This record gives sequence, structure tokens and C-alpha cells, in this order.
Amino acid sequence: MMTACVQPETFDAVAEYRALCDAHPGAAIVTFTGTVRDFSANTAVSALELEHYPGMAEASLAELGERVAQQFALLGWRIVHRYGRLMVGEPIVWAGVVADHRAEAFAACEMIMDVLKTDAPFWKREYSSNGAEWIGRAEQDIERRRRWDVGEID
Amino acid sequence: MITIKFFSMIREALETDVLEMEWAPTLGDVAAVKEQLIAQGGAIWDEVLAQDDLLVARNHRVVLSSEPVSDGDELAFFPPMTGG
Repeated sequence: MMTACVQPETFDAVAEYRALCDAHPGAAIVTFTGTVRDFSANTAVSALELEHYPGMAEASLAELGERVAQQFALLGWRIVHRYGRLMVGEPIVWAGVVADHRAEAFAACEMIMDVLKTDAPFWKREYSSNGAEWIGRAEQDIERRRRWDVGEID
Repeated sequence: MITIKFFSMIREALETDVLEMEWAPTLGDVAAVKEQLIAQGGAIWDEVLAQDDLLVARNHRVVLSSEPVSDGDELAFFPPMTGG
């Protein structure tokens, strides 16, 4: 399994994990699930809206998965990313990787998430009692992205 | 013909999500297309497209303003991406 999926529907992280395990038994598996937080820097958040660039979003995630798979000799990987309006607690993104050893699996999953945050064409808008506000790129995300040798940050 | 898309706060500021522009040899790179958009759109377009952190993609890849543009291309302007 080496696929990326961009969808408005929710997903079942446990089912995704099982599908990855079934496709690649007996190896090191690391997964990450990102969900909508109920807070931001200044206020309580009630919902999140994710806009995406159809076509580029899918291509960007597929290319990222392939690049990471090559760098860490992955046996399998999958990335699921949602768009649309999401409520607090709902899953946004899921990444799962399979490698022969844990070091490669941990690093590969971390790289997927660090690069995805700054290089995949999605834009977040938070809803709170203050109204709706587009979220800017966080400095810590830029720093984490720089740790991976995959060219200049956009 | 080239297709030009706008996303997130750029789309909202310009009140435009997509437009088409007749391609001509004078629109040889991204910077030239941007100048044409500003010439057509006026002050607000000038202000929005001059933002330091504005990104542009050509055929689904982020590129520099010096990137060549060809007939049939799809360009997109958007702010820094915030996935995940």
C-alpha cells in the first residue's frame, strides 16, 4: 500500500492501521493521527475549515509519500487528509508507514507530517467566538520542516 | 489560454476563485502574468499580489516568478500552506 487520499469524509484511524498492517505484516509500523484542537493561541476554537487545491493536494501528498518511502526504504505508506468544515475532536490527517526497523519508521512518519504541514496545499481557518480567522504558518512548523533535506521551504 | 486560480485569503481579497487569460508571447513568465492581472484589476490586485509571502504554483508545482508560462498552463496564487 503506497497511496494518498484527500477527502471531505471522516475516516477510521483504526481501520486505516489494520489495512496497513494487513498489507505489510511483520514489520515496524508507525502512525500519526491529527485531530481538531479545541484551542488556539488566543481563544477557544469551535470548528476548523480546511480549504484545499484540488489536484495539487493529491499530487503533493503522493509525491511526498514516494519521496519519504525512497529515503527510508519503506515497505508501505498511506496518507489521508480531509478538507471542509471539521468540528473539535474530528480527525484531520492520518499518516502510516511500514519499515523493516523502528528508526526508519519513526523518522519517515515524522518527516511526512513535518513536510506536509508546510508544503501540501491546504489552508486552515479557525472558528471561535471571535469569528473566523485564517491561520498563518507557525514558526515552529518552519523550523521542523527545515530538519529534512528536501529542498527549500516554499 | 491559461487558467489562473486563487485560494484562501487571496481568493477572498480578490473576490475571485478562477479566471482565464488569453495567452500571448508577452506573458512569458509568472511575473508577466502577475503584471497583467494587476493592469486588469487595479489597486486591490496590486496590493494583494504584492504580498511578500505570496506563493504561486504552475501546473501544481510551487515555482518562482521567473518560471516560464506556456499556453494551456494552470497557475495558482495562494498564501503559505498550513496543512495537517
